[in-house]
Amino acid sequence: MTRYVLRRAGQGVFVLWAAFTVAFFVLYLLPSDPAALVASGGGEVSQVDPTQLAALRAEHGLDRPILVQYGDALLGALAGDFGASYVSGASATALVAQALPETLRLTGAALLVAVLGGTAVAVASVLPRARFLRQALSALPPLGVALPTFFVGLVLLQWFSFRLPVFPAIGNEGAVSLVLPTITLAVPAGAQLAQILSRSLRGTLGEPYVETAWAKGASRARVHLAHALRNAAIPAFTVLGVMVGGLLGGAVVTETVFSRQGLGRLTVQSVNQQDVPVVLAIVVFSALVFVVVTLVVDLVYPVLDPRIQLRTPRAASRRAASRRATAVTA
Amino acid sequence: MTLQTLTRPVVTDASAPDPAATPARHGGARRALRGARHVLRRPGLLVAVAVLLVVAAWAVAPQVFTAQDPLVGVPADRLQPPSGAHWFGTDHLGRDVYARAVHGASLTLRTTALAVAVGLVLGSLLGLLAGFLRGWVDDVVGRLVDVLLAIPSILLSLAIITALGFGPVKVAIAVGIGSVATFARVMRAEVLRVSTSVYVEAARASGLRWPAVLGRHVLPNSSGPVLALVALDLGTAVLAVSALSFLGYGTPPPAPEWGALVSGGRDYLATAWWLTTLPGLVIVAVVLAANRVSRALEKTGEDQ
Repeated sequence: MTRYVLRRAGQGVFVLWAAFTVAFFVLYLLPSDPAALVASGGGEVSQVDPTQLAALRAEHGLDRPILVQYGDALLGALAGDFGASYVSGASATALVAQALPETLRLTGAALLVAVLGGTAVAVASVLPRARFLRQALSALPPLGVALPTFFVGLVLLQWFSFRLPVFPAIGNEGAVSLVLPTITLAVPAGAQLAQILSRSLRGTLGEPYVETAWAKGASRARVHLAHALRNAAIPAFTVLGVMVGGLLGGAVVTETVFSRQGLGRLTVQSVNQQDVPVVLAIVVFSALVFVVVTLVVDLVYPVLDPRIQLRTPRAASRRAASRRATAVTA
Repeated sequence: MTLQTLTRPVVTDASAPDPAATPARHGGARRALRGARHVLRRPGLLVAVAVLLVVAAWAVAPQVFTAQDPLVGVPADRLQPPSGAHWFGTDHLGRDVYARAVHGASLTLRTTALAVAVGLVLGSLLGLLAGFLRGWVDDVVGRLVDVLLAIPSILLSLAIITALGFGPVKVAIAVGIGSVATFARVMRAEVLRVSTSVYVEAARASGLRWPAVLGRHVLPNSSGPVLALVALDLGTAVLAVSALSFLGYGTPPPAPEWGALVSGGRDYLATAWWLTTLPGLVIVAVVLAANRVSRALEKTGEDQ
């Protein structure tokens, strides 16, 4: 078990390093010149004073060979330092840390709503006896996947902030302001989950042990909720990493629509100003979140599904032997 | 039985959703007819294909569908709700929103098509190399795909836009690279499946060179799932392109790109619902249609 954990953690570290490297070379090697952009202050790049430009490059270390810059940046990143923002001069890490709590609150709430809503829709699309009801409900997830996040957000704003002034249109004030952004962000994630879960549920409902449950006289609800759902939920659980990553990405649009402060807003600002260090920090942070969530899912998976064996073959056979031994003594 | 028939397996049915557009292969007319009947029996699929055809027609010949100017409005007609004269209403400059949506189709769909092409070409190439050469190439591609999947695709696209700058072509490249990983994975799996099959072995045994084996046997037979993925990615790319255009990274303002069109209605949410809702519904319809066609393509692939 320890070896498995170490191996998986090692893979995670590798993915993180590679994500940093890919993002670094995309941001630093592609044609545009961030120093020139900063120096021009939004004006014409060609009007920048060359000496001023050289000074700026030197200040941010952009005049050194790219590999030296990369080595430096990597060492810095390992210590949690992604350099200073080109625009404000503040530490990129500090900017991300400052924007993070709002976004965590939003994505956390959206994750909860997506999981509850997605599960409810998936169960509801197999549970009812009426065929038309099942069909109508199974049409929901594909629809949810096809809705652009910005469109959902704007329509919700229109109806629940302007027509019926229930929720505030913009801002971060209190839990009420969180409701519409949470729903907006949860729609694609919940729909994705519902699609996977309902497919998995249909598969599980055809399995022999479900047949057994029916034969023993379990009620319709009990067969679906207690027997089928528990097993069907396991495959859906594996997409959690992708879902959380998707929520972080979706926060970019959601926070823009609802004019909220947070990581998504910071991303848009940094992209607009070509603030490379901040964008790098955000990309690496999102990869970190993905890696950690995926690792946790992989480690929890065998607890949920005992059929999955993680141990190395030798350890597994040893375990099997000891289990046999305990069975005998029992 | 000649070797020719042995090494020429059935080509996957690419003509099912749109028999007119693809040249019929292997006993053309009958296959096309079967494809048409397949579509006609499924009203949902029929609507989906119709939506895609109409929108494609908007992109090719917008002036056929609307006589109104998408860029110059009539100030006297500003902010009018939908009516017989203005199907989607008018915006704050008196421009016809339906005309703008129709003219925006070519901008949005061109960017989308370019994005899908970038993802398809780069991803298939990587998947093909990985599945065909295996060994260390497969390992390297596999790790690269892992990494690309670890970064949420919109953030990857935004990083690329930070580096490249704004504009429709750059948005297309950014969105395309965001979908490389998926194409690479599917292509690799398909190539692995096909290249271990008997007819590929037979082709190799009969002395056919590798490039010919690839071009004549592996590629045509691994195209089915990739084709379904193209349709699916078309929907995803429309969403991504319009999201980036909504954020303001696409064609600059007066141009009626769909995402920008929805974004333009943001200031009038309280008074003019049609400015955001109707262009938004156009995007939804296109994505739903693309996903429906993708599902049908996947099914035909499975049935064979």
